[in-house]
Amino acid sequence: MVSAAYDVAAATPDPELPMLTITDLGILRAVDETAAGVTVTITPTYSGCPAMREISADITHRLDRAGFGHVTVKTQLAPPWTSDWITADGRRKLAAAGIAPPSPAPRRSGPVPLTLTFSPHSGPAAPGCPHCGSPRTRRTAEFSATACKSLYRCDECGEPFEAVKPL
Amino acid sequence: MSTLDHQDTGPGNTGPGNTVPDNPYDLLGDDHDDGHRWAFGTGFTDPLAGIDTSVPAGVDAAALARYCLALGDDALIYSHRLQQWVTRMPELEEETAIANIALDLLGQARMLLARAGGILGRTEDELAFFRDEKDFRNVALAEYADQDFAELVARLLIFASWRLALFEELAGRGSSAGAADPVLAAIAAKAVNELAYHRDYAAQWVVRLGDGTDRSHRRMQDGLEAVWPLTGELWRPDADALAELSPGAVDAVLDTVLAAAGLDRPAAAPLAAVGGRAGRDGVHTEAMGYILAELQSVARAHPDATW
Repeated sequence: MVSAAYDVAAATPDPELPMLTITDLGILRAVDETAAGVTVTITPTYSGCPAMREISADITHRLDRAGFGHVTVKTQLAPPWTSDWITADGRRKLAAAGIAPPSPAPRRSGPVPLTLTFSPHSGPAAPGCPHCGSPRTRRTAEFSATACKSLYRCDECGEPFEAVKPL
Repeated sequence: MSTLDHQDTGPGNTGPGNTVPDNPYDLLGDDHDDGHRWAFGTGFTDPLAGIDTSVPAGVDAAALARYCLALGDDALIYSHRLQQWVTRMPELEEETAIANIALDLLGQARMLLARAGGILGRTEDELAFFRDEKDFRNVALAEYADQDFAELVARLLIFASWRLALFEELAGRGSSAGAADPVLAAIAAKAVNELAYHRDYAAQWVVRLGDGTDRSHRRMQDGLEAVWPLTGELWRPDADALAELSPGAVDAVLDTVLAAAGLDRPAAAPLAAVGGRAGRDGVHTEAMGYILAELQSVARAHPDATW
């Protein structure tokens, strides 16, 4: 749904990745504008995402400032967020900020298969280096400074970088 | 009063042109009602805000609350144990891994405690900070104090494999239709992707250590032996459970990991229940009192404190 309220809510930045809006990240699920007020629906990336409160307060503040009254921010859990919802714009902004965008998330039916060995090239398809563009990169750790990222290093230019985890 | 444009002062955004208040402490006394706050992460709201939390017809609300409390307490107490490892890990990469896993579990705990609390008429904070030991329903595996890194990854492998398999069932991604409560099913579905990362992280370390040097192999086997007696409790019947999980599904995962690691499946007998009662009944090991003392003391010393 596209409305004036949607445009205002959609421009809210993510507190941990401020170069991206919540629309870029696929966190904004709906904006419903009625005579009674505006209801914004967002979904967390990870269960423990500490940014939800920030985002919610920021959306309310922005809509308030833009003249919309009675703002309600709702959480939606299902379907769960996937990194596939990061938009093309979002991916471009991530790369420009030195963070590799995620490879496609694994789609499964049935139990999650076990990945037994950690090797720099196991797991999801390695992202290209956001600094020099080389495809020769290695994963150094599955987890990084925020819940949504892994750590990589480029074999070409030697720079370490973060990549958004496919989820 | 200096103005703080929230957009320009988000964490990590320290580029030129930002509006920085002369004295950040001025903001402490500021009016918090207009959407501004003085620091990141100081506000906590209901993690289920706006979600329809009515209990579906046919679901026993009291049993649902007990079950969500049990699964929430597993995550809360396990998360606390992992948080205690932070700053003690052998490498920075493991440091961030353990902190991330603890954060994921804390997030799961918040949603599950909020689900239970909505039925019980208590907030997630009241449930976390103002319940006594006998009212906590976590399994003993969650409260165990790892003595070394081998025990840490052995325990995490068992816990994450069990929880992942159980949550797949609750989410309707296993052999059943999923939990009859859609909120619990949604919490489980969200957690599944996170738990898969936790399980594989632990599995990869178990293989690396088990299949490493003689010394790392011996210590990994010792670590497994130490935590193995705690696994029996995971399979005690639970009348409140909203999904069936057979031990075979988890055993298959563990056996695959142990085979790749060259480790023996321990034969240790399960830790005995006390008069037939265990963690789910509020009967805990000695470790639990120390965890709660650390977890709850600040909240209990300042019960009316607000952020």
